[in-house]
Amino acid sequence: MIRLEKRPSPNRRVAAMTPVIAVILTMIAGGAMFGLLGQNPFEAIKVIFWDPLFTEPFASYSRPQLMVKAGPLILIAIGLSIGFKAGIWNIGAEGQYIMGAIFGAAAGLAFYPMDSALIFPLMVICGALGGWLWAMIPAFLKVRFGTNEILVSLMLVYVAENFLASVSSGVLRNPEGMGFPGSRNLSKWASSANIELFEGTGMHWGVVAAFIAVIGAYVLMTRHLLGFHVRLIGEAPRAAKFAGVQPARIVIFCLGLAGALAGMAGLFEVSGPSGQITIDFASGYGFTAIIVAFLGRLHPVGILLAGLLMALTYIGGELAQLMLGLPAASIQLFQGMLLFFLLGVDVFTNYRLRIGRTEVA
Amino acid sequence: MDFSSINPALLVAALMVSSTPILLAALGEMVVERAGVLNLGVEGMMIMGAVTGFVVGFNTEIPALGFVAAAGSGALFALLFGLLTQVLLSNQVATGLGLTLMGLGLSSLIGKPYEGMKAPSLPKIDFGPLSDIPFFGRVLFGHDAIVYLSLGMVAAVWYVLRHTRIGLILKAVGENHDAAHSLGYKVVRIRLAAIAFGGACAGLGGAYLSLVRLPQWTEGMTAGAGWIALAIVVFASWRAGRVLVGAYLFGGLTVLQLNLQAAGMTAGVQYLSMSPYLITILVLVLITSGRFKGAHSAPASLGRLFEVTR
Repeated sequence: MIRLEKRPSPNRRVAAMTPVIAVILTMIAGGAMFGLLGQNPFEAIKVIFWDPLFTEPFASYSRPQLMVKAGPLILIAIGLSIGFKAGIWNIGAEGQYIMGAIFGAAAGLAFYPMDSALIFPLMVICGALGGWLWAMIPAFLKVRFGTNEILVSLMLVYVAENFLASVSSGVLRNPEGMGFPGSRNLSKWASSANIELFEGTGMHWGVVAAFIAVIGAYVLMTRHLLGFHVRLIGEAPRAAKFAGVQPARIVIFCLGLAGALAGMAGLFEVSGPSGQITIDFASGYGFTAIIVAFLGRLHPVGILLAGLLMALTYIGGELAQLMLGLPAASIQLFQGMLLFFLLGVDVFTNYRLRIGRTEVA
Repeated sequence: MDFSSINPALLVAALMVSSTPILLAALGEMVVERAGVLNLGVEGMMIMGAVTGFVVGFNTEIPALGFVAAAGSGALFALLFGLLTQVLLSNQVATGLGLTLMGLGLSSLIGKPYEGMKAPSLPKIDFGPLSDIPFFGRVLFGHDAIVYLSLGMVAAVWYVLRHTRIGLILKAVGENHDAAHSLGYKVVRIRLAAIAFGGACAGLGGAYLSLVRLPQWTEGMTAGAGWIALAIVVFASWRAGRVLVGAYLFGGLTVLQLNLQAAGMTAGVQYLSMSPYLITILVLVLITSGRFKGAHSAPASLGRLFEVTR
C-alpha cells in the first residue's frame, strides 16, 4: 500500500525543485495536448519557450515584451505573497489594479494639458493610494467584523470592473474622443507617459518598481522584524499572539501593501503599454499574479523568475497563435496546468511516500 | 424612458430562466462548502458543462443527453480539484483558481469548431390549460424541465441537509472534520462526493446557458456567472432556501438591468450591476458581526486542510 507520511519538517531541497518539476511535467502534458490538436509537440514547445527569446526576427520584438508583461505580474505577486505568508488571502488584486489605474489616471488628467515633471510622480502616488484604499475595504471589514477577506476582495473586483466601465464612458472619457468610450491617451502626453527607459529593453518605470519591490520584499521577509511577525502569524498564530504580535496590524499591513503595489502596477500599465482607461483595460494580471506568487514559492527571487516565465508563456502563446494557428485559449490551459502540477507536486515538500503495509496504531 | 413596455409576467418568467444557471451552480457549491471545502473553480466547472452540454446536445440533437453529459463532465472536472485538495493536500484557494483557468482554456479549445452553431431547442413542458391562467400561467407553468428540476433540487437539498442522516454527516464533516473522523466517518470520501455533486450542479447550470439561455456556444460565455454563484452561497448564509432567494434576486437584477437598458436608460446601469456584489458584502458583514438575527456563520472547517493523523 502506498501512503503519505508527514515529514518532520518541510524538505527545502524538494521545495526548490518542485517548480522545475512542475514546468517539465507541464511541457510534457502540454506537448501531448498540442499533439492531440494535430501539431508537432516539439515544434509547439519550441515556438512558445525558445523562439520568443532566441530566434530572430521574433526575439527583437519579444524580448522587450517580456519585461512589459513580467513587470506588473511581479509587482502584484510580491504584494500578494507577503499576505499569503501571513495567511491573508487577498484574491482581489485585479480590483486593486483597476482602482489604482483609475485613481492615478484621474489625478494626471486633472492637470491636462499642463507640462510638469511632477505630474507622473503624483500619478504613481495616487495609483498606489487607489489600490491601497480599495484593499483597505476588506482589511477594515476583517479587522472590525471578522469578515472573510477572500470573498470581500473578490466581490470588489466586480465592483471595480463596473466602476471602470462607468468612468471610461463617463467622467474620464476623452472630450475630444468623438463620443467613444475611453480616456485621453496618457502615453502620448509627455507629462504622464510611462516611457521606455532604455531603447529596446521594454524597461519602463513599472519594471524598475518591480525590481525594487523584489529587493524590498527580500529584505523585509528575511532581515526585518515585521517580516518575521508576518511569517510567525501565518505559521503559528497562537505563538504570534504570545509574542505580542497584533493580528489586526498585520492584516492592515499585508492587504495595504498588496493593494498599493497592485494599484501602482495598474497605473504603470495605464500610462504606458495600455495608454488609456478603457472598458477592457483589465486584462487579468491580478489573477495571474496569484499563480506567479505560488509558482515562485512565495519567495521574492522565486517570484521574479516565475513572473518572467509566466510572461514568456503569454508572449510564446501569442507567437504560437500567429505561427501555428493555436487557439488563444490553449495558453490559458497551459498556465492552469502549470499551477495544477505545481500544487500536485508540492505535496512532497511536506510529505513523503511510504510503500508498505500501514502499521497498526 | 418608457417603462410600459416592461410586462411584469414576462419579467418574472425571464427572471426565472436567467437565474436558473446561477441557482444550480450556487446550490451545488453550497453543498460543497457545507462539507467544509471551498471550491473557487465554479466558473471553470460551469463552462466545462456549457461546452460539453452543447457539443453532445448538438451532435445527438437530444438536449437531455447534453444535460446529462454536462453534469458528468462537471463532476469529473470537479474531481480533479478533489484529487488535488483532498488527496494531494494542495491549497484550496489556489487549486480552485487553477480550475477556473483550466476550464476557460480547455472549453474554448473544445468548443472552437462549434462557434456560431445553434443548439437544438429544449421544449417547454405542456401543462395544457393551466398555462392560460393570467400571470401565474406564464410564471408557473411556462418553463422547461430544467427550471423545475432546479426548484426540485432546492427542495431536495434542503430536505437532505435538514432531515436526513446523510445531511447530518455532511454537516459534521464541514463543521469539525477531526471530530467526524474520530466518529469513523470517511472525511475524504464524503468531501469528494460533495465536490462531485457540486461539479455536476455547476455543469448543469453551464449547459443551461449554452443550450437554453443563449442558445449557442461562445468562448468564455459564462462571463462571471460562477463567481456570482459563489457570492450567492455567502449571501444565502449556507441555507438552501436562501440560495433560491439569492439566485432569483441576482438574476432579477440582471433582467431588470437589461430591460432598463432596452427602455432607454443608459446612465447608472453599471451602478445597478455592481449592486449585487455590494449587497453580498453587506450581508457578509452583517453575518459576521453577529448583529443580524437568523444569520449563520460559515461552516467551521471551511477551506481548512484535513490531515489524517492516525
